[in-house]
Amino acid sequence: MQAVKYARAESVEEAVRLLQEGGEGARPLAGGTDVIVQARERTRDIDLFVDIKHIPEVVDIRHGADGSLTIGAATPCYQIYGDDAIAERFPILVDSCSLIGGTAIQGRASLGGNLCNSSPAADGIPSLIVLEGQVEIAGPNGRRTVPVEDFCTAPGRNVLGSGEFAVSLSFPAPAEGSGSRFLRFIPRNEMDIAVTNAATQLRLNGDGSVAWARVAIGAVAPTPLLVSDAADALVGRPLNEDSIAAAAAASRAAANPIDDMRGSIRQRVHLAGVLTERTIRQAAERAA
Amino acid sequence: MATEHIVVNCAINGESQTFLANERDSLLEALRDRIGLTGAKEGCNNGNCGACCVNMDGRIVNSCLVMAAECEGSEIRTVEGLAMGDQLTPLQNAFLEQAALQCGICTPGFLVAAESLLEQNPDPSEHEIRYWLAGNLCRCTGYDKIIKAVQQAAGQSVV
Repeated sequence: MQAVKYARAESVEEAVRLLQEGGEGARPLAGGTDVIVQARERTRDIDLFVDIKHIPEVVDIRHGADGSLTIGAATPCYQIYGDDAIAERFPILVDSCSLIGGTAIQGRASLGGNLCNSSPAADGIPSLIVLEGQVEIAGPNGRRTVPVEDFCTAPGRNVLGSGEFAVSLSFPAPAEGSGSRFLRFIPRNEMDIAVTNAATQLRLNGDGSVAWARVAIGAVAPTPLLVSDAADALVGRPLNEDSIAAAAAASRAAANPIDDMRGSIRQRVHLAGVLTERTIRQAAERAA
Repeated sequence: MATEHIVVNCAINGESQTFLANERDSLLEALRDRIGLTGAKEGCNNGNCGACCVNMDGRIVNSCLVMAAECEGSEIRTVEGLAMGDQLTPLQNAFLEQAALQCGICTPGFLVAAESLLEQNPDPSEHEIRYWLAGNLCRCTGYDKIIKAVQQAAGQSVV
């Protein structure tokens, strides 16, 4: 491990100050399941961890009276999938949180950490995108909000500036008749990094046509992608073989993956289509 | 850079402890090198193998992915805290009876993880056991014997 220091922040303001004073080498410490490995293996230059887990609004779950949801950025995965109201109204977050690492990872890892690590293959981000998630960021100039789909800028990079960190993630209430689903393809059942992943949230009209939809895919581009063309292929049309095939084709067209040890370009493009189709069907089952 | 020492106060296996650690130490390093509890093992040191699994404030964690400094005020339980003197837990006995270990490196992590499962879910299905333990790797047993040991400890009939 490089000679990394540790500081515990008790408030958002203190965390911002510590991060700003720490400069380039300072990183927020949430669950640490990525960032501690990066410090140890020196894949990131880190000389100060600012522990943000003792700031109440960074580790809590708040359900709004209007059905909206705010999750502290460092709230561990097990608390998210253990929350009955989330399981009922935002089941896609349970899909993601129960697939990130194994049980011991889920005891620490958070959705905010998954987002800020900004891996193209992150299993949390497509779900946050289709839920229309907004990231609340605190920094030296106060607070700002960024839509999740605009947060990541390149593998391992995002819009956070000096002294900034993610405080929480907020989601509007899913409208009546909505359903959401996240799926990941890996060669085994658990504990692996996505070859490709996908998420869909949609809302059905009484006549079975699609009123609203959002589709996102991951591990097929430098950042997780919101695929507007896939949603456009669904909205206003009956949910049937044709519209689902058109949405899957839109995801294949949007995919721009690399070849690596986990999968080839051809396989990933194919999977983007398959997983888009399956998440649409399964989101629709949940909407029913 | 000069090594910074820090003082950490926490409870380990029910006893309050104050120990000195390097600021860069992981909990695993602190347990093994500062406190002398060598039950938790260093396998991969990057969160993949589960050999360093301990219970922190009621949840299992990979102690290689926790900074020692984070443990201030925490309650840590390690494999050393399972047995009462010579009295093994039902799970530990089941591991022996089912021959659920060979080289033994993964065993402390499996025991801590499986005890935590049985605390939360006293009658888990085979699928639930396998899913819960997916973050613990064993290269000797092929897992079946470990699963059977957990089933035995849960009072289930083991074929």
